[in-house]
Amino acid sequence: MTDAKPMILLDNVSKWYGQFAVLKDINLSVRPGEKIVVCGPSGSGKSTMVRCINRLEQHDDGKIIVNGTELTRDVRNIDTVRSEVGMVFQQFNLFPHLTILGNCTLAPMWVRKMPKKKAEEIAMEYLTQMRIADQAHKHPAQLSGGQQQRAAIARALCMHPKVMLFDEPTSALDPEMIGEVLEVMVDLAKEGMTMICVTHEMGFAREVADRVVFMDAGEIIEEADPETFFTQPKHDRCKLFLSQILGH
Amino acid sequence: MTAFRAPPKHHEGPVEWVRVHLFDGVFNSILTLLVVALLAWAIPPLANWVFIDAVWHGSTREACEGATGACWPYIGARIGQIVYGFYDFNERWRADVVFAFGAVGLAWLVIPGLPRKGWVGGILLTVYPLVAFVLLSGGWFGLPIVSTERWGGLLLTLVVAAVGIVASLPVGVILALGRKSELPVVRALCVAFIEIWRGVPMITVLFAASSLLPLFLPDGLEFDKLLRALIAIALFNAAYMAEVVRAGLQALPKGQTEGAAALGLGYWRATVFIVLPQALRTVLPGIVNNMISMFKDTSLVTIIGFFDLMGTIQAGATDLEWASPNVAVTGYIFAALIYWAFCFSMSRYSARLEEQLAEGERR
Repeated sequence: MTDAKPMILLDNVSKWYGQFAVLKDINLSVRPGEKIVVCGPSGSGKSTMVRCINRLEQHDDGKIIVNGTELTRDVRNIDTVRSEVGMVFQQFNLFPHLTILGNCTLAPMWVRKMPKKKAEEIAMEYLTQMRIADQAHKHPAQLSGGQQQRAAIARALCMHPKVMLFDEPTSALDPEMIGEVLEVMVDLAKEGMTMICVTHEMGFAREVADRVVFMDAGEIIEEADPETFFTQPKHDRCKLFLSQILGH
Repeated sequence: MTAFRAPPKHHEGPVEWVRVHLFDGVFNSILTLLVVALLAWAIPPLANWVFIDAVWHGSTREACEGATGACWPYIGARIGQIVYGFYDFNERWRADVVFAFGAVGLAWLVIPGLPRKGWVGGILLTVYPLVAFVLLSGGWFGLPIVSTERWGGLLLTLVVAAVGIVASLPVGVILALGRKSELPVVRALCVAFIEIWRGVPMITVLFAASSLLPLFLPDGLEFDKLLRALIAIALFNAAYMAEVVRAGLQALPKGQTEGAAALGLGYWRATVFIVLPQALRTVLPGIVNNMISMFKDTSLVTIIGFFDLMGTIQAGATDLEWASPNVAVTGYIFAALIYWAFCFSMSRYSARLEEQLAEGERR
């Protein structure tokens, strides 16, 4: 962790909703190419933490530095960070009035100022990689949940992000569609993408994660490689969580 | 997939349709009979008055004397005024040109399958109003000036309605966005603007624009009364439009703006490409509802001395040359028909637009 400068650095990051602390002095450093899986009970602040990294939420204290740019009130910094950080949401958040191709080309064309043709070429490349090239000209509502989430991943990749954030990408999917989304995420991980992924898919965590981060009540209480995390969790809270989630 | 048996046959045919739709229970049957009775009571006398007992030929008041139905010759004699108001007789061709271009442009937009609708729409919104203004008011290219006080009839109604409708939507969108702004000053200004205009009756606004405003303007600075009325109508309706649009903005799931933000689209790009297309589509029925109501509210300009469609008909009804109860009612029915035709067209067009916009998104 000392040899390269971190891609993402959270330094004593805290956040409050009114009087309620959702994030308490979070410290996290992510190396380029590293894959982090974040898990923890609902309400533990894991989504909030990830959403702070591209400033969909504002942190109240501490420092967040993404690829050398610190997130402050400066709008230019925010836009710089957002165009370098791809995000995949639980509810896909595809734009329903645009085709899948339109979803994928909008930001490259208007943020990156890419010519339409080039943007479409790149979009088709990623849609092919996501195995939904044949859906390019349909609207999101015509696709299955799994296809929609893969389209959303392609949309984020079209911006050539340096980091991908996943906020429970499979939680809104029917069980038979979870596999197809996890598959493309594994592919992406193998290509060397830096990833932070909030998920309860422990199989995925075992397969690709370099580190598993466990959060509870706004704090990171355990941080370990998957093997250690799953076999010798230190905290009772962690053991309980694992027994609940793996127990069935 | 293996073949499954065909779906069971439904009973069809007119008798079955009537039974299912009109007489499928005691309450529905009574309702059906009531409606039939109502129609039987209302339609024959109306048809009698409008068609059978009506006077169709003639050119003077005498033709309609003693008649017990509509007096159509009156409309024939007054059609010029109903369409153009007091617009100089020899210059009416200019209005005709404006009508024709407008009609062709709109038809182009409405008829499915015609190419370059974007261009035509753009021209209708930019070049066309300028050309129409130059043609109608004159003063350029050797065209004699026709003062706006002489504009009237359907021509004036359409000018007021078109300007009001076209100007109020963008202003309303800006007000709605301002009302949802994170900047307190912008928000307060927009809220104040909306609440002030919405809290005042249209008639008051028109009076203020026509007689009060000149009192506050410095001497010598004067601008056209029609222009003042148009601005007042546009701003008044923009306030209503703003609230309709705000409903659309509020209905948009938060994930849409987050999705746009996460891609690095800033506020304006997200608004133009993601937020407005969806919000405006959601509230299309409300927008058209406002437009229809605006179209009919144009008749209020008679109050400040303009003779629009309603004004010319009103004036005609009290004209001694023709005055009689049947003549007045004939005029009102004719006016109602024209208003209805325009409003119904807007309604139908919006219904089709809704369908087209929804098409791609259906499963």
